[in-house]
Parts: sequence; structure tokens; C-alpha cells
Amino acid sequence: MHGFISQISLPSLLQQILVGLSRTTILFIVASGLSLVLGVLRIPNLAHGSFYMIGAFLTYSVAAAVGGKAGFWVAMVAAPIGVALISLVMERGLFCHLYDREHLMLLLFTFSFTLVFGDLVKIIWGSDFRSVSIPPVFQGSLSIFGLPLPRYNLFLLVIGPLVALGLWILTQKTKIGKIARAAAVDREMVGAVGINVSLVFSAVFVIGCFLAGLGGALVAPTQNITQGMDHSIIMEAFLIVIVGGLGNIWGALLGALIFGLTDAVGILLWPQFAIVFPYAVVVTILMFRPRGLLKSTW
Amino acid sequence: MLEVSEIHTYYGLSHVLFGVSLSVKPGEIVCLLGRNGAGKSTTMRSIMGLTPPHNGTIRFKGITCTGQKPYLLARMGMGFVPDDRRVFADLTVGENLEIVQRKKRKAGIWNKDSIYDFFPPLRKIDSRRAGFLSGGEQQMLTIGRALMTNPDMLLLDEPTEGLAPLVVQLLEQQIRQLKETGLTVLLAEQNQNIALGLSDRGYVIDNGVIRFGGTIQELMENETIRQKYLCI
Repeated sequence: MHGFISQISLPSLLQQILVGLSRTTILFIVASGLSLVLGVLRIPNLAHGSFYMIGAFLTYSVAAAVGGKAGFWVAMVAAPIGVALISLVMERGLFCHLYDREHLMLLLFTFSFTLVFGDLVKIIWGSDFRSVSIPPVFQGSLSIFGLPLPRYNLFLLVIGPLVALGLWILTQKTKIGKIARAAAVDREMVGAVGINVSLVFSAVFVIGCFLAGLGGALVAPTQNITQGMDHSIIMEAFLIVIVGGLGNIWGALLGALIFGLTDAVGILLWPQFAIVFPYAVVVTILMFRPRGLLKSTW
Repeated sequence: MLEVSEIHTYYGLSHVLFGVSLSVKPGEIVCLLGRNGAGKSTTMRSIMGLTPPHNGTIRFKGITCTGQKPYLLARMGMGFVPDDRRVFADLTVGENLEIVQRKKRKAGIWNKDSIYDFFPPLRKIDSRRAGFLSGGEQQMLTIGRALMTNPDMLLLDEPTEGLAPLVVQLLEQQIRQLKETGLTVLLAEQNQNIALGLSDRGYVIDNGVIRFGGTIQELMENETIRQKYLCI
């Protein structure tokens, strides 16, 4: 691989970093939802990726049904809410009875849901590729420092920090966020001071799944919406959460940055083996910090 | 106020409490004495619904509440101060108290401000993370947190364990003051001097069985019980 580094020009590196950052946004949104559920409810929710996939398919359906320019925006709002509603039914109907079970049981249980949701998606949407078109406002590129950057990626770069800010306010400033942080460490004691932990868990689960749906909605215009997108994202999201520190929202952000950027830069450095880069970095980090970079709630 | 009759509690397969019965009348301080591992904390946990008993009944304010969920018991007016304190370490002192506050709060004298009046050292450390407090400060916070629910009865599990004598003295005074507000207290203690000084009546528990129940006077006079189970 001699001479690789020298072939990379600065502009293409910068552009690749910006593209990587917009990919980071999607990863962060999905992983933060997973981390929230993992940290507070202690459920390793493998079905989180399914919610992401359902979010993307719902975006397609809503955008197609509403049509026109408004379709995209309606879908951006409706799809995550739809996913949140599905998760609410799932939590109240099933999960809320299972919180005391051991993690392995919960893991198997959520895994079974990935299969159920996978088949349901196949039944409802079929196995064709679907796609959502980018609304006219976000079509084309914007030139930044002379680099052409797709407008939609810029839109994602705005959404990412907004979601991070929202999550920060939610966990640090609201009462339910404070209760959730207390419950993450000592749920029994939260109950003993008169708080209905079960309802708090329900809210946290729904918020977490909403984020998966939002990630799916945001990613919909950037790629083909297909079966199997649930599996690829759940792998990445879990790695991000583990690298960042289980249950730590900022860990999810850090992990997503590492994952998204190494992926993007890796493509530039060594295209044939690009897929290896993020995983190699993850392995290296975990060798030195097996509990993740930031403080874990586990 | 509280009647516990013949409860049997298990941790998994191990049988810990064997037919424990005790009662606490309104306005009383009743102590539960016993050695480490005698079953004091398990009795407290059983009453609070954290480790529900398999058999036997618990009545609180005349209502049978065996197996009731802890948060409902707390809303009925039962306050719980665990022996290992368990403050919410990631939250600040103020937040520890605030999250307990309920919108549809029943009338009561306790709010964040009156807790700070009651435990003045807490006011100064309002914005400090609870994980960084000293043992005494944590204990004040746990008691304060339980008081925020405006309880009618307080389950105090070893409040003086591992604290400096000066802090113990302060807590003792405050518990006495709580009694004057009409609060009923069930106090589990290893430190007999404090427990006997504070309480109206006492029970002695050993190996999960109540060995004695009576007034403090009777307990002081009963040499056999004291020697056998409290090793004085």
C-alpha cells in the first residue's frame, strides 16, 4: 500500500470527513436511543434495528401517500411517531412484565422480535427496494470552502446537534430525565420513594424507539430502503454504544463520531478494505478500555 | 398504624424470617434490635414490599397491603430509609429531593425548603452530586428524601451505622424531633444506646425469629434476653 497517503488531497479528505459526519448523525441518533434503553431499562434491545427499518419503510409509505413536497416533511414527523406507537404497545403489552428477567432472556426475547418484525416488513412492503426522493430544497450541493457538499448532508449536520441538545435537556433538565437517571442506578429505591418506575420505563423505551424511527426516517432519502437494513444498523449501533460506554448518551455521540469518521476516511485510504477500519478501531479501543470510553451506567 | 403478623420471607430458596410479628401504634417509636444478620433489614424490606413475604399479612393504617408494590406503599404514607443509604449518586442533593415531589401532593409539612430547615447542612450542598457526600450528609439526604413523600410512618434502617459520634448525636436529636411532629417510626438498630434512648417499645430479633417484645423498661430489666441476643 505504498504511496496511499500521498495520493489523498486535502479537499477530498475534508469532503469525506463532512460526509462521514452526516453518517455520524444517523448513527448517533439510532445509538443514543439504544443506549438510553440499555442504560435505564437494562434491556439489550436487538429489535432497535427493526424500529429503524420500520421507520424508513414508514417514511416511504407516508411520503408516497401524501405526495408532493409536503410528503417528505409529513413523513419525517409521522414515521418516528408511528414507530413510537408500535414500541408503546410492545412495552405495555409485553416488556413491562419482563423487567426482572435476566439479560439473556431479554436478549432472546428482543431477538425473536427482530424475526417477527423482519417478516412483517416483508409481508407489508414486499422485498423490492424502496426509495424516498430528497425534497427539492435539499437537492443539489452547496459549496463550502470550494467543496461541493450535498445539501441533504448539511441538513443532517444540523439535525444531529439538535437531537443531542434535546437529549441533554431531557436527561439533565426534566424531571422524567432525572428520575430515569436515578432509576438507571437504583430502580428499587426509586420505587420506594413513591415513583411508579414502570411508567418511567415505558416513557424511556418509547423515546428510545422514537429515536430509532427518526434515524430510519432521516436515512431513507440517502439509500435504498431494504430488508436487512435492520441487521447492519443494530451491529453498528451496539458497537458504538459499547465503545462509548453503555448507557452514556455522550458515549453514543463519541462512538458514532469514531465509527462514522473512520468509516469515511477508511474509504479514502484503502477502498477495498474500508469496511475493516471502524471495526479495527473499535477492537483497539476495547483492548485498552474494555468498559468503553466514557462512564458506563452498568 | 402497622401490624405485621406471622410473616415468612425468603431470599430465593433461603428462609430468612420465621413468623415475624410486630405492631407499631400511631406516634410511637418502636425499635427492632438484633445482631448483624438477625433479620432486621429483611423485616424492613418485607414491610416496604421490596422483598414481599411468602406467608403472613402486613396491615398498614388498617389496610392489608401484603405484596403491594413499593411505590403504592410509599404513596400510602410509608417512608423508607435503607441501611445502605442509596442516595441517587448521579443527581445533585436538590434533585434527589425534587424528583420525589409529586404534583398531586397530599397536604404535608415537608418540601425541599423545610427539609433544608430540618437538616441545615444540606442547604449548603444543594448543587453537589450526592455521590460525593460524606456518610453523615448522605444519611441526612436519605432521611430527607423519605420525608419528601410526607409519610405517616418511617422505616429507619440503621440510621447511625458507620457515622461519627457527633453526627450520630445530631441524627438522634432530629429523630426525636420527628416524633414530636407526630411521625411514627420503626427503627432498626444495632446501636442499643441510641435505640433504647429514643424508643417507646422494642423488639428483639434473632435468626429471623422475634425473641422479645415489650416496653423499653421491660427490656432493660430482662437480663437473659439482653445477654443472649444482644451480647451485653
